[in-house]
Formats: sequence, C-alpha cells, structure tokens
Amino acid sequence: MLFEAHKALGARLIDFNGWDMPVFYTGITAEHLAVRSAAGIFDISHMGQVMVGGEAALEFLNGLLTNDLRKLVPGQGQYTLMCNEAGGVVDDLYAYRTGPGQYLLVINASRVEQDMAWLRDHAAGFQNRVTLACLDRENGAVAVQGPRVREFVDKVIQGSSISGTRVGQASSLKKNQIASFAFGQGILMVACTGYTGEDGFEVMGPGDCVRAVWDHFLSAGAVHGLVPAGLGARDTLRTEMGYPLYGHELNETTTPIEAGLGFFVSLDKGQFVGRSVLEAQKASGTARTCVAFKMTGKAAPPRPHYPVWRDAQSVGEVVSGTQSPSLGAGIGMAYVATPHSRPGTALEIEIRGVKHPAIVVKKPLYRPDAARVPGS
Amino acid sequence: MSKIPPDLKYAKSHEWVRVQDGIAVVGITDHAQKELTDIVFVELPAAGRTVKAGEPCAVVESVKTASDIYSPLSGKIMEVNPAVVENPGLVNAEPDGGGWFFKLELSQPGELAGLLSPEDYRKQVGG
Repeated sequence: MLFEAHKALGARLIDFNGWDMPVFYTGITAEHLAVRSAAGIFDISHMGQVMVGGEAALEFLNGLLTNDLRKLVPGQGQYTLMCNEAGGVVDDLYAYRTGPGQYLLVINASRVEQDMAWLRDHAAGFQNRVTLACLDRENGAVAVQGPRVREFVDKVIQGSSISGTRVGQASSLKKNQIASFAFGQGILMVACTGYTGEDGFEVMGPGDCVRAVWDHFLSAGAVHGLVPAGLGARDTLRTEMGYPLYGHELNETTTPIEAGLGFFVSLDKGQFVGRSVLEAQKASGTARTCVAFKMTGKAAPPRPHYPVWRDAQSVGEVVSGTQSPSLGAGIGMAYVATPHSRPGTALEIEIRGVKHPAIVVKKPLYRPDAARVPGS
Repeated sequence: MSKIPPDLKYAKSHEWVRVQDGIAVVGITDHAQKELTDIVFVELPAAGRTVKAGEPCAVVESVKTASDIYSPLSGKIMEVNPAVVENPGLVNAEPDGGGWFFKLELSQPGELAGLLSPEDYRKQVGG
C-alpha cells in the first residue's frame, strides 16, 4: 500500500504474507533507538482489519475472545486472544468498540485467512444478527510511536473527533482509546495503542488516506526526531517489552496461560471457546511457561529454536531472540518447564553447541519511562 | 554503491582476500556488511585450525540474523583479529581494513586463480 513511499525512502523490502514490507530504512538499531528516544513511524498495513456489527455482535465476539468485551465503553479497545476448543491460540488481536454495537478487530497478517474462516464458522449460528467485513485489502494503517509523538500528532490529525472517544484533539486520547477524525475527504481511526511499549498511536483507514497521512507525519514529525522504522525495529522493540508475536510465542498448540497472558483471559464472563481448558490451567498451572530471559555474559544473540538448559538438563526452547539495542545484550523469550520459570532462575542457552549463561527476568525486559505514557 | 578495492580478490560468498607472501588476510566485503546491517557479534575460528576452501569457519550476527562466513581458500588459521570480537561494529565501519577476520597460511595457493577479480565481483553484486 505504501510501496512507492518505502522505495523512495530506500527501504530494504521483503515479502511478508503477500505484502512488500520494509525491514529497515537506515538500520534496525538506529530506528529502534529513535523510537525509544523520539519517534518512529511504521507501515502496519499488513495487519488485518475486520469490522463486526449486527445486534448480536457483542454476544458473538464475547463467545470467541478470551478478554471481556463488556468492559469496553464505545471508543475503547483491549488486547485479547481467540482460542480453539483446546485453548490453543487461533490469533492474538486488538478488539476496539468503535460504536455502541460496532467492533473493529485488528488481527495478524499471517492469520487473516484462518481468523476469517473461524469467525465465519461461528457467525453462521447467529444468521443475520452478526455482520463481518474484512477490510484487509482496502484499508491500511500506520503506527506512530515514541515519547515525542504527542508533540506533532495534532498537526497531522486535526480538529475534534467525530466518533468513538470524544476529544478536542487527537493528543488528548489516552491509552486504549480510539476515535475517528475527518482527514481530507476521508475518515481515519486513531487509537492510542502500539507494539513498542512507547506512547503513540495507530492510525487506520482507506488506502489513499493512509498514504497521505504517512507523508504528513513524516514532514510534520521530522523536526521532532521522527524517522520511518521497519519491521526489524518493530520486532526488537516488541521483544524488549516481552510482547508475544504469533508464530513465535503463540500458535494453535500454545495457550494464553502458558504464554503468560492470563491477565487477558476473563473467567467471570460466562462461556467462550477454550474456556474449560484455560480455567483448569489457571487453577492448577501449566507444565511449561513462556519466560523472558537475558544473556548474562558475552555471547552471540539468542535465536528461535536454540535449546535451553539448566543444570545439564534440557528444560526448553527459545521462541524469540535478538540483540537488544536498548540494553546492548542478548535477550529473548523461551518456553521452559514451569519449575524453571521464576525470575532470577539461572539458565543456559545453547548457541552452536556451546552453552552460555542467561537469567530469567520479569517482563518487560526494558521499561520505558512509564510516566510519559498517559493513562497507563 | 559498495566499495570494491582493486587490489583484492573476492569469493562469490562475499569474502575478500589480500595475499602477501603465502599468507592470506580474509574479511567480508563492503557489500556484505551493508546487506547484513548492524553487526553485533563476530565468532572467529581458533588459531591453528585447518580449513578447506568453502568451509564455514566464522559467524557474524546482525540484530536480525546469524550468517556463516566461509573460508575462501584452504589452509591453516595463523591469526584472528581480536578487534572485531571486541568491537563488532568495526566490520561495518572498516570492512576491508580494521574489520578483517583472520589470516590464513595457504595450503593450496593454486585456488587463488578460482577467486573473482574486482570487476567480476562488481558484476556479481550488480554495481
């Protein structure tokens, strides 16, 4: 969707689920550090956008998603998961209540097909009381993230919101709030959410509006330190936060409880798909747990599938790993047998046949200054 | 455009070689360091190890991935460069200078003829 813009900026592009997406423009480390200290703009048009409406939308979605949608007022969103009967994760997503009976789901690019099939199958029982529309190809999105984003967001997204959370200007949105704003001839939805741990916004709408807003952000943000940032920095930023990435921490055979996402599984809302397994796991624990870890000596960065050891015993496997640009050390996430999951536990990561020391740490691995993220 | 010094020989796998008195200095090309981007870790072979041409014998890690580095020639590792282990960014900053990887005592000097000239390497990387 922003292909020409990325090419003009000199991006290294890769095919990502049928989308030409930028890995980086100048370099992953520089883009990562810009987001931590100032601001970065990401093309996230590959993410799927699904509008759910109809009189039974709430009942339908609350029967499929693990978090409780009833907690949302119009103009608010929440992180949630969609599970199969065995509690395995079909996808992790953001669900926004954009209007009283209208919901927007933002889903993983790699899962659009599976999610839509899953949603359609389960919507069938509601006949015409649920409507589903996948805006995957016509809509795009950008994420503008970093501690300085609020300095310039109102220059790009101008005026008061017209639906969702009512605010006089976009910079008044607080964590997890969403609102729509007139933009040129179209409408953009602006959510105070992201995948970096920093303050910032995700801006969604029709392709032509998203192309225009990308250019406006780059010109208005440049003096505030805004740079275009690619999927490479997006991945290192989310890894520092301990945020899961579908296909790494999550898949159809891992549960939200094993992944450490029990906070987003609401057991006081009645029946939903996967509930019985998740309830049992919340009560009696799981055999394995996803932990964050940090390398403690000089070592190559950890990578997915590296074996994890403790006291000469194989205890698990790395699922995400990288060199942390903020910490200057190797970091990652691993599934380990639960007895070895407590923060402070000394582990070893096997890298090309040699074991290197690491330590289990509490998520996030890196803590942005919480004071500067309003509402969190 | 990547720098391709005229006084070096090149391997298809993006290593350069500078030969003097039967000793080859080996590193990775400017093109390779640009492709790899920010190099954060370098693992070198042990001195004294014997390697064959085309054998993986070092690893460079960028933020995103680990990549094998191949010995362009056969021989014995005489010396490795501790500076790139200490400061991996040197490979990005000075790929054909201070960012060299190892020195090799050649056992098959005839293999040199099989390496690429600067012109041929430039054709391979497309500019």
